[in-house]
Amino acid sequence: MTRQMTGAKMVVQALKDQGVDTIFGYPGGAVLPIYDEIFQQNDIKHVLVRHEQAAIHAAEGYARSTGKVGVALVTSGPGATNAVTGLTDALLDSIPLVVFSGQVATFMIGTDGFQEADTVGITRPCTKHNWLIKDTDKLADTVHQAFHVATSGRPGPVLIDLPKDVQFAQGEYVPPQKAKKSYYQPKVKASIEEITDLVALIEKAERPLFYTGGGVINSGPAASQLLRELVDTTGFPITTTLMGLGSYPASGKGWLGMPGMHGLYEANMAMHDCDLMINVGARFDDRITGLVSAFSPGSTKVHIDIDPSSVNKIIRVDLPIIGDVGHVLEDVLKVWKSRGRKTKSAALKQWWAQIETWKDIRCLNYTNSQTVIKPQYALERLQALTGGMDRYITTEVGQHQMWAAQYLGFEAPNRWMTSGGLGTMGYGFPASIGVQMAHPESLVINVAGEASWLMNMQEMGTAMQYRLPVKQFILNNERLGMVRQWQELLHGERYSSSWSESLPDFVKLAEAFGAKGILCSDPKDLDDAIMEMIKYDGPVIFDCLVEKHENCFPMIPSGKPHNEMLLSAEAEAFEGGGALV
Amino acid sequence: MSALKIEKGSSSHSVYALRDPFAEREEKHTLAVLVENEPGVLARVIGLFAGRGYNIESLTVAEIDHKGHRSRITIVTSGTPEVIEQIKAQLGRIVVVHEVHDLTVEGAAVERELALFKVSGTGDKRIEALRLAEIFRANVVDSTLESFMFELTGPSDKIDAFAELMRPLGLTELARTGIAALARGTA
Ligand SMILES: Cc1cc2nc3c(=O)[nH]c(=O)nc-3n(C[C@H](O)[C@H](O)[C@H](O)COP(=O)(O)OP(=O)(O)OC[C@H]3O[C@@H](n4cnc5c(N)ncnc54)[C@H](O)[C@@H]3O)c2cc1C
Ligand SMILES: Cc1ncc(C[n+]2csc(CCOP(=O)(O)OP(=O)(O)O)c2C)c(N)n1
Repeated sequence: MTRQMTGAKMVVQALKDQGVDTIFGYPGGAVLPIYDEIFQQNDIKHVLVRHEQAAIHAAEGYARSTGKVGVALVTSGPGATNAVTGLTDALLDSIPLVVFSGQVATFMIGTDGFQEADTVGITRPCTKHNWLIKDTDKLADTVHQAFHVATSGRPGPVLIDLPKDVQFAQGEYVPPQKAKKSYYQPKVKASIEEITDLVALIEKAERPLFYTGGGVINSGPAASQLLRELVDTTGFPITTTLMGLGSYPASGKGWLGMPGMHGLYEANMAMHDCDLMINVGARFDDRITGLVSAFSPGSTKVHIDIDPSSVNKIIRVDLPIIGDVGHVLEDVLKVWKSRGRKTKSAALKQWWAQIETWKDIRCLNYTNSQTVIKPQYALERLQALTGGMDRYITTEVGQHQMWAAQYLGFEAPNRWMTSGGLGTMGYGFPASIGVQMAHPESLVINVAGEASWLMNMQEMGTAMQYRLPVKQFILNNERLGMVRQWQELLHGERYSSSWSESLPDFVKLAEAFGAKGILCSDPKDLDDAIMEMIKYDGPVIFDCLVEKHENCFPMIPSGKPHNEMLLSAEAEAFEGGGALV
Repeated sequence: MSALKIEKGSSSHSVYALRDPFAEREEKHTLAVLVENEPGVLARVIGLFAGRGYNIESLTVAEIDHKGHRSRITIVTSGTPEVIEQIKAQLGRIVVVHEVHDLTVEGAAVERELALFKVSGTGDKRIEALRLAEIFRANVVDSTLESFMFELTGPSDKIDAFAELMRPLGLTELARTGIAALARGTA
């Protein structure tokens, strides 16, 4: 039986058939037929954002916190170009999105029509794949393909550009079960030889380290479970990138914290000195490797990744394993158990003793104050007061993001949403909206810097309209803090344009939207203020006035090896102030 | 801040690592890329090379299977072994790319290029051009009283050599197709 319907109706039908319950969008002339269809149904909820960039970030937050695909809808021309930052963000962080953009009618394409932009051309390098649909009969099949491509292999954003006449025209609807089988079928299972080679390395290792990343989260909750089992039964230490936080619990006994530029001393030293590095779904990002030629010089390196282009891109590895983390870890556990669960326990003990001496440096120590709130202290208190709750954290980009990664603890995957690869200021607030839409009963907090937060502050309107009780926890240092830090350390303390001038009164700003504003500047008031924020049933802007010139440590300046970290004054004092080589 | 021994205020350290100046030796590789013949597929491949700073020395593309929607793109590129490996992996992850073959490493391959030469001249030069064309087995595909158009097929260095010889004899225009290549043998 064939079902005829308009292209616009097909979009909505295909979304329903794909199990979509929420989409984020902003209307305009070129998508009005779709908005008309959305109006006439109740299965899919549309969230009207206040800027298309926010629609994409909200969809990212929704996707990352649920493991499902995020969906967004924008109009042609400016709607599509506003979406570009979000698409690039999702591409770099491997977030599955399906984005629909309106387009001028097919017969107008190429004429510089009103609100025409070459959307597939502009978004080709910032999507995993994109399509311009010129024939309504192909629309439904393409939507199903789009979901397949967004979620298969290494996930990523895809875009479908829909000319207005295609939305109006009638065509034949194809349900997902009848869609053409896609030729895009990335490999998910590794060969038994590769698995056995890895197990043999595990059995021999004296100073092993798991270096795990976002790929574990991408692979789904089962992968995190398998990772925990493998780490705990082998007794190996583990470090997890910014994108992988939560895949292994922060309270787990193998946990060394995050590695990299602002990673923990013990994590970076272990990276540098290990003899076996097992990379599970991480991509040797330059924030991690530092000076490539000096990266973990003495280790045998294994890399489990679903994308062959991630392997040997930056660091040459000895054993590449192409496959899905979940599948590979399952096989590794099987083989390792069947071979008698062997590890070199005496050597491991020594390795852990070495790691303990690194931990003793206490690299996250800082000088607290009775009079000003230190940003680290604010996050420690936030962790103490909310750590046990059903909590999701998003962040903006800057020092506060790094402190959040260092001082908050994540026990489960999909609880931490941050812009890692692109580092997009303005990501966190809309992302928190997407997360809250997916988890209406949970506590959702966006840890923000005041400068980043202003980049998408218009979303207060969205939060109010949909009664989303998102908590905007702004560590307000009245500085573009991360930029200021680099200028202090590397540009002769010439603070070129890194002051946040003319800031709004955030409490009044909250009130202007009908939300709650809380100002806190005294460390003694902080706990009560945080509790007030949590208890309030509605959006809150929390203006936390913090120390203005705090630097984020540890820090490995780019182009430096792991064992040349800058530490806070406290940690250095412990070390004796000597060079950490 | 003693750990790193950087002077406060020195700007010799960048936020971004700068490229290693000791570049490795570059190799030339011929790649055959089988793609779904859909709009924009060539733009994806070229965009990849442009966006990631890879070299294209020659590129040819044409549909090879109309029913199966397949096109074949032949690319000659150069780079360090690491870069070549990345190029292949990056091509492979384009959703509409079905297969990537490195003809340079997958065994012997035949590489051919077709070129058209317009050579204008009279008298001795004209006779010499025709004589050389015969030696190179170039065909005359058009002629006027003052010019010839030659067609020549062969490996690129043969075309280069012929072009060098024609230059002093009045080469006015040259069109080359770029390389088409296939692996030798049955499969
Ligand atoms: C200001 C700032 C500072 C930063 N400092 C740090 C820092 O100190 N430390 C740090 O860690 N990061 C830091 N980052 C983040 C950094 O830029 C990168 O985003 C991050 O390190 C990349 O994480 P990842 O390696 O886990 O890779 P991701 O970007 O999460 O990539 C995932 C990898 O896993 C693979 N993959 C995906 N799905 C699967 C699957 N199912 N199976 C197998 N493999 C899969 C992908 O192909 C990819 O290679 C910083 C970012 C900012 C903005
Ligand atoms: C859209 C965008 N523009 C510029 C930057 C560069 N940048 C990185 S961090 C930062 C400062 C962020 O300041 P703020 O949000 O106040 O956070 P803080 O570092 O003070 O915690 C800037 C400008 C960026 N990451 N994103």
